[in-house]
Amino acid sequence: MNSLVPLPVLLPILGAGASLALLHHPRIQRWLSLVVLGSVVVVAAVLLVQADRHGPQTVWIGAWPETLGIVLVADRLAALMLLVSAIVTLAVLAYSVGQGMTEDEEGAPISVYHPTFLVLVAGVANAFLAGDLFNLFVSFEMLLFASYVLLTLGGTAARVRAGTIYVLVNLLSSTLFLVSLAVTYAATGTLTLAHLAQRLAELPDHVSLMIQLLLLTTFAIKAAVFPLSLWLPDSYPTAPAPVTAVFAGLLTKVGVYAILRMQTLLFPDSPLTELLLWAALLTMLIGILGAVAQSDIKRMLSFTLVSHIGYLILGIALHSRTGTAGTTFYVVHHITIQTALFLVLGLVERRAGSTALMRIGGLARLAPVLAVLFFVPAMNLAGIPPFSGFIGKVGLFQAAQLDGSPLAWTLVAAGAATSLLTLYAVAKTWAVAFWRSPREAHEALEAIGATGGEAAKEPVPGHDTRPVHQHRGHVHTATGTVSRRDIEEARRLGDDNEPDRDFYTLIQAGEDTRHSPLGMLLPAGALVAASVLLSVIAGPLYALGDRAADDLHERTPYLSSVLTEEHP
Amino acid sequence: MTVNLTLVLVAAALLGCGVYLVLERSLSRVLVGIVMIGNGVSLCFMVAGGPAGRAPIVSKGGDTTGLTDPLPQAMVLTAIVITLATTAFVLAMAYRSWQLNGHDDVQDDIEDDTIRRLALRDVTSEAYDATTSDFPGDDSSGDTGQGPHDDPLAADAEEMRST
Repeated sequence: MNSLVPLPVLLPILGAGASLALLHHPRIQRWLSLVVLGSVVVVAAVLLVQADRHGPQTVWIGAWPETLGIVLVADRLAALMLLVSAIVTLAVLAYSVGQGMTEDEEGAPISVYHPTFLVLVAGVANAFLAGDLFNLFVSFEMLLFASYVLLTLGGTAARVRAGTIYVLVNLLSSTLFLVSLAVTYAATGTLTLAHLAQRLAELPDHVSLMIQLLLLTTFAIKAAVFPLSLWLPDSYPTAPAPVTAVFAGLLTKVGVYAILRMQTLLFPDSPLTELLLWAALLTMLIGILGAVAQSDIKRMLSFTLVSHIGYLILGIALHSRTGTAGTTFYVVHHITIQTALFLVLGLVERRAGSTALMRIGGLARLAPVLAVLFFVPAMNLAGIPPFSGFIGKVGLFQAAQLDGSPLAWTLVAAGAATSLLTLYAVAKTWAVAFWRSPREAHEALEAIGATGGEAAKEPVPGHDTRPVHQHRGHVHTATGTVSRRDIEEARRLGDDNEPDRDFYTLIQAGEDTRHSPLGMLLPAGALVAASVLLSVIAGPLYALGDRAADDLHERTPYLSSVLTEEHP
Repeated sequence: MTVNLTLVLVAAALLGCGVYLVLERSLSRVLVGIVMIGNGVSLCFMVAGGPAGRAPIVSKGGDTTGLTDPLPQAMVLTAIVITLATTAFVLAMAYRSWQLNGHDDVQDDIEDDTIRRLALRDVTSEAYDATTSDFPGDDSSGDTGQGPHDDPLAADAEEMRST
């Protein structure tokens, strides 16, 4: 019994409520969110130390009899994930506060942003702590609901389009989760993870395999594992920069965490190694090939996000202590690095007016600080030594080599290829966006006749992009009549990037944003520094990952701390 | 465990119809599908709870035989509340979509669509064009049969950035 355990969930939820009440006091709202997330970081750090020293910390909420109530468990893995997610969310929040204080125009986070963000944080924390499948479902719903709102913030055309797909995919995965919960309950009569761990072993093999596959499919959708990953690169890039950053860093990792927990705790005897290795292989390769083909940095990074989920699945698939330790380290690395990169991209977008590769250039000379902030995590992502990405990949490859099967060796080869292709993708971004001059970018644009003007108003087959100004008053469509002003306003809001002007034109007109505000630069810089720090403290961190992996595979520390009595 | 066949059949029918509706283009039909699936899943929980019994209210030390299992019902309640909130959100989104586009169809990923069209027409990718100055001329031989396109590449490029 440790009364600190519920705090990472309680604090943000209470904060969200207070924040909602303070809707008309944006300044207090900002400080409140910062204080709440700051204290979550402290609580998570204390929990990690306690879990590491004294074993898993548990709380049965409401003092219900064991296996009936809801249990929250902070073991080494959960506490570590909690700490990393708390640090990352704090940085993202500080970044969006910096953004909100400097630009009060459209695109800046609006007042509903803070409460929603806090609910998201609470949902993520609850997912890490949940010791109960139904509680896990509820935390998924919490974080998903917050993410629906954040993704469609402002309700612009692009965001509603992207949000529709995101919401529908996640609704289906939630429904699938509910179905698997019903099946699990019908088969075992419990949903408490520790209790399930005992009872699933007593089930006939085919029933437990069905439950495992149902849960795996559900979590694979959340984690964006290959055949179920196609929704991600479409929906993430349209959101505001800090939102994309926190989504990319955390949401998929919650899915990965759920897979890891379920594979080690619930199904220790059914590793499904071959299936998961194939999934990891395809996730890596198809994801990175997608990234190479992209011409927008945000989309490119979303594809690398998918592809690097493959590494995490590789570690889980091997079902060995080294594999799990590798995954644990890589998760920490990847959360930090993806979030940092997306935050820096937000700054790039602000400076250059766009993240589309073809419209920007010359940032290395014009914004050297941004260039450094982009270069370091980009190299880290590609796995260049001595960064943590390299260490994480080596750890995973070692685990695969210990496994020794031909498929595991194939995965090593594919992982190396993915790493090289990641390097190619970020190097291409670097060369185009940072090294060539804006003038060159402009000339290349002119060469393909896409510098705006009339071309922009050409209709595209299959999409209703007819210019509104041709209509007077109302626009009649097949399903109804819409006032012209509504559409025009929506279009204006939807045009986040001022699509008719590239970076060169902006510079020529003297309308580019010269200075990146310190409030945005500092959090992004801090996160980049944290990602570099990960390579410095890699030794102790990896040792912690090893201990967490030992816990996960032994299972007794978790089971004995959750269930103190015998339950048939 | 004895299973109530009626419940299973109704749940299966609801899920089946729901899946069919979710595959539609219009967001409002998808929403109806999701509500049906949600109800079907709730019935699944009723099945999982076992045969119906007495109301699960007992005083301390009372007789607990023949009670209905209360846990699945608590879960179903939670699920229903979540479905309600989801319905409200999707409805709002469908309405916003209709406001913006005049319809509430689920749209394709524009950029994927663009890349696919470029690939079908066998044109090198834009990222490549942006880095090199020689641009392969507009080759309309590989028509995709997607209707007329006067200058699709420029329009593609423009649209790509406006998303």
